Amino acid sequence: MANFTPVSAAIGGGLIGLSAVLLMLLTGRIAGVSGIFGNLLVSRSGDKGGSIAFIAGLILAPLIAGWMDYEMPLPEMPASWGLIIAAGLLVGFGTRLGHGCTSGHGICGVARLSVRSIAATVIFMIAAIATVAVSRHVFGG
Amino acid sequence: MLMIASLLCGLVFGAGLLISGMVQPTKVLAFLDIFGAWDPSLAVVMIAALAVSIPGFMLAKRRNRPLLAAKSLWPTETHIDQPLIIGAVLFGIGWGLVGLCPGPALENLATLSPGIIVFVAAMAGGMLLQNIWRRSRPIEQREAEMANVADG
Repeated sequence: MANFTPVSAAIGGGLIGLSAVLLMLLTGRIAGVSGIFGNLLVSRSGDKGGSIAFIAGLILAPLIAGWMDYEMPLPEMPASWGLIIAAGLLVGFGTRLGHGCTSGHGICGVARLSVRSIAATVIFMIAAIATVAVSRHVFGG
Repeated sequence: MLMIASLLCGLVFGAGLLISGMVQPTKVLAFLDIFGAWDPSLAVVMIAALAVSIPGFMLAKRRNRPLLAAKSLWPTETHIDQPLIIGAVLFGIGWGLVGLCPGPALENLATLSPGIIVFVAAMAGGMLLQNIWRRSRPIEQREAEMANVADG
């Protein structure tokens, strides 16, 4: 547990929860990133302006933090393009089929005490833990 | 006003992911790696987010309508169906392969990292493929699934 960062995790988590509550109180929408991004891609109707604004805020946040000398770390990605593409396809297809991701089900859905979202969260957590276990400890070094 | 509110919520959400360290895929993988050098930080992020959002959503549920929109899009679907389960499994596998879920993936576009751009393009491709697949299915099944499109 050498890399455990409970204080920043708690502050960051609190902000994520606050954002989800504010979005629901103000706009009536669930702060589910796969839903917001997916509807932008495939839906012909709906509130596209709000979706674009939310995603713009998400991308602008690290840029604004950068001006305040809070540098965002560069993401460490796998070397294999095939792996990156496969993972992206699975995340895109899976979140649309399952109607949500870590934010929509994992935070908003669990906070609404939705059995459906709690089930989805438990399932994707187990699938992800199993994937890491197999890739790192069965096949990897 | 709706646009400004959405932008501000996106900024706060992005700040939360950034401060918590969840924009770094290897940090997320360290949480998922319970048989390795486990980093429980993501569990703290979830607990803190829920500590704020559970009472906040109780408040939101009691109000009839949101402040800036005509109606609330509070999800109404309650049953656990096959698409939910299969979708969650596929998403979990993809998440475990690289350590990116949709929020941090989009936020990382700010770094202009080629790996992130390819990941987000593939994620968009997966979403479009799911839409094509859904539309190719019999209409009655499609309508049954449309009811719960606003989950997350």
